[in-house]
Amino acid sequence: MIVADSRTLLDVRGLCASIDGTPILKGLDLTVKSGEVHAIMGPNGSGKSTFAKVLAGHTAYQVTAGEVLYEGRDLLALAPEARARAGVFLAFQYPIEIPGVGNSQFLRLAYNTVQAERGKDELDPLEFDDLVREKMQLLEMSPGFLERSVNEGFSGGEKKRNEILQMALLEPTLAILDETDSGLDIDALRIVSRGVNHLASADNAIVLVTHYQRLLNHIVPDYVHVMDGGRIVRTGGRELALELEEHGYEAVEAPAATAAPAAAGARP
Amino acid sequence: MAASLQELVDRPYRHGFVTDIESEVAAKGLTEETIRMISAKKNEPEWLLEFRLKAFRHWLTMTPPHWANVQYPPIDFQAISYYAAPKPRPKLASMDEVDPELLRTFEKLGVPMNERAKLAGVAVDVIFDSVSVATTYKAKLAEVGIIFGSISEAVQKHPELVRKYLGTVVPSGDNFYAALNSAVFTDGSFCFIPKGVKCPMDLSTYFRINTEETGQFERTLIVAEEGASVSYLEGCTAPKFDTNQLHAAVVELVALDGADIKYSTVQNWYAGDENGVGGIYNFVTKRGLCKGVGSRISWTQVETGSAITWKYPSCLLVGEGSVGEFYSVALTNHRQQADTGTKMIHIGKNTRSTIVSKGISAGASSNSYRGLVKILPAAHGARNHSQCDSMLIGQDCSASTFPYIQVRNAGAQVEHEASTSKIGEDQLFYFAQRGIAAEDAVSMIINGFCKDVFRQLPMEFAVEATKLLGVKLEGSVG
Repeated sequence: MIVADSRTLLDVRGLCASIDGTPILKGLDLTVKSGEVHAIMGPNGSGKSTFAKVLAGHTAYQVTAGEVLYEGRDLLALAPEARARAGVFLAFQYPIEIPGVGNSQFLRLAYNTVQAERGKDELDPLEFDDLVREKMQLLEMSPGFLERSVNEGFSGGEKKRNEILQMALLEPTLAILDETDSGLDIDALRIVSRGVNHLASADNAIVLVTHYQRLLNHIVPDYVHVMDGGRIVRTGGRELALELEEHGYEAVEAPAATAAPAAAGARP
Repeated sequence: MAASLQELVDRPYRHGFVTDIESEVAAKGLTEETIRMISAKKNEPEWLLEFRLKAFRHWLTMTPPHWANVQYPPIDFQAISYYAAPKPRPKLASMDEVDPELLRTFEKLGVPMNERAKLAGVAVDVIFDSVSVATTYKAKLAEVGIIFGSISEAVQKHPELVRKYLGTVVPSGDNFYAALNSAVFTDGSFCFIPKGVKCPMDLSTYFRINTEETGQFERTLIVAEEGASVSYLEGCTAPKFDTNQLHAAVVELVALDGADIKYSTVQNWYAGDENGVGGIYNFVTKRGLCKGVGSRISWTQVETGSAITWKYPSCLLVGEGSVGEFYSVALTNHRQQADTGTKMIHIGKNTRSTIVSKGISAGASSNSYRGLVKILPAAHGARNHSQCDSMLIGQDCSASTFPYIQVRNAGAQVEHEASTSKIGEDQLFYFAQRGIAAEDAVSMIINGFCKDVFRQLPMEFAVEATKLLGVKLEGSVG
């Protein structure tokens, strides 16, 4: 939702990043305010997932130019764990398996780390158990899930639900969901979307990275951005996603070439 | 990553100090004269001198084994001193008489020897260089008939027991290093649990090599009679020297009918520096004999130290229905090399064995599991299950598994499972993205990987082992 007294959470200016010397992001601009939901769409290889990982601080990518302010601070100067503790959350496209590490133990450590950062009380295992079970109900997850190792042997849908469960526990200020809809069947998509909608508030913001417009039927964005060649080439409202669905990226990008300077950055 | 995994592994060795104690060190080199000198200093009976000399003559005909997956320059056995003892030679009745400098050393090491030992309910025997310096709790153990103390003392006070069992599990000519140990062993622990006695506390020995260019050759013998049980813990450290030191111990366990021996080791000998200079050569022969019906021997080891580890705690399963277990965590970093595993020899009917081995390699280290499961023709109904998992941290380390399975009874059931995994940047990034620092992430992953072994350790040891792995891995993913 677009709210009147919103504050700027994320301000990305001219961001360029490369991997192993190959440039992927080439001057990306984006502003996200509290209360907003943004969708970033675009063809394969346009740099959507790279953008998500660069924001989270993945070491494989080198930022070569530009700046990123998060709540007015230089986000790029922070280590990945410091970004997370400051409220930046990335729901991974492919959540990695961590054999031998129990899910509940992992969730509790993450939760308590972030709580400590916020000057709040940490929870002991019993208190945490109550909390996590309550959050799991939202995502219709079975309790047995807590005893398993982190993501090990999880189905695609279970992994994605686990990501949103972590989001529910950590209550991020800025949540970036990287293709959270991919690999989900209709029911799982509904459950995951309901979870995300439940967590959206006037104080936080959500950036959805997605290929498909179908997710946007469940989580309605305030802005839709089209990425191509490492930049945002067009920005519009909800209707832009429908246009994309109907005409494809090529048709949508064509007018964007001229409109890009005005639209880039989507600074209302 | 803020702290790379390699940095995580690189914490300096905490036990690398030398204690300034005057010691009596024998001249370097090994001849029959050296052995006679050691035997005379220890006032040994004739049969023990003969045992030593026989081993020595056999040793002269042997060559060091080269089949292990480790590399090191030839050892000059004449450049080692075979005897070093703190001076004056301790003949101590109580802890108060122990050199305070020595006590401070053990305090630095965190050995629970004094009141702490009593509070913790652990009886400790401490071996410093070659000589046993103190045994706590001896009187209380004696009340229930348990003999626990140095093997030198046992030779004097219970020669018949030592003579009956010494060399029966690891014969003096068993292998090169066992023969060397049999010839020159200077001290070690002896433990005897009489029939039907459950040892009321964990027994513990702490080994430390303090003098440069000495070898440590301790000899441990544990006998549990019918229905007896004991849990025995062993810890090891050494100061930092640029030269390599040899540690060639022999441990023999004997379990009679229904007896149960649990032997746990946390080995943290000095491993050398990051370039592989210095460190202990840990060439150890450990073997348990499940002699009686329904007896059980369980080895648990956490091996984190030593430049080279060559060690295969084994079980000879002779008694019908006897059980052998081996639980191991071996961690190598920098240029450490470990070739470790076990042998389970099934001789009697319905014998069972379990092997759980977890190898963790970081830096430029090499970590090998080598295990033999042998089922002899008479071992009807024998069963074995082995699980060998390796974890790699970084690009330059290696892990190998050499399982040998020899089955000569068609009814036997032998299972072997193996896996290799890697702590990758993506796993650490996942933790970091949830606010968890790399050190905590590595320690969580490692503890998860090792939990099947850690849960076999007595509680205090498990805590120590968990911390030790954390320290050893400070700084390890690059």
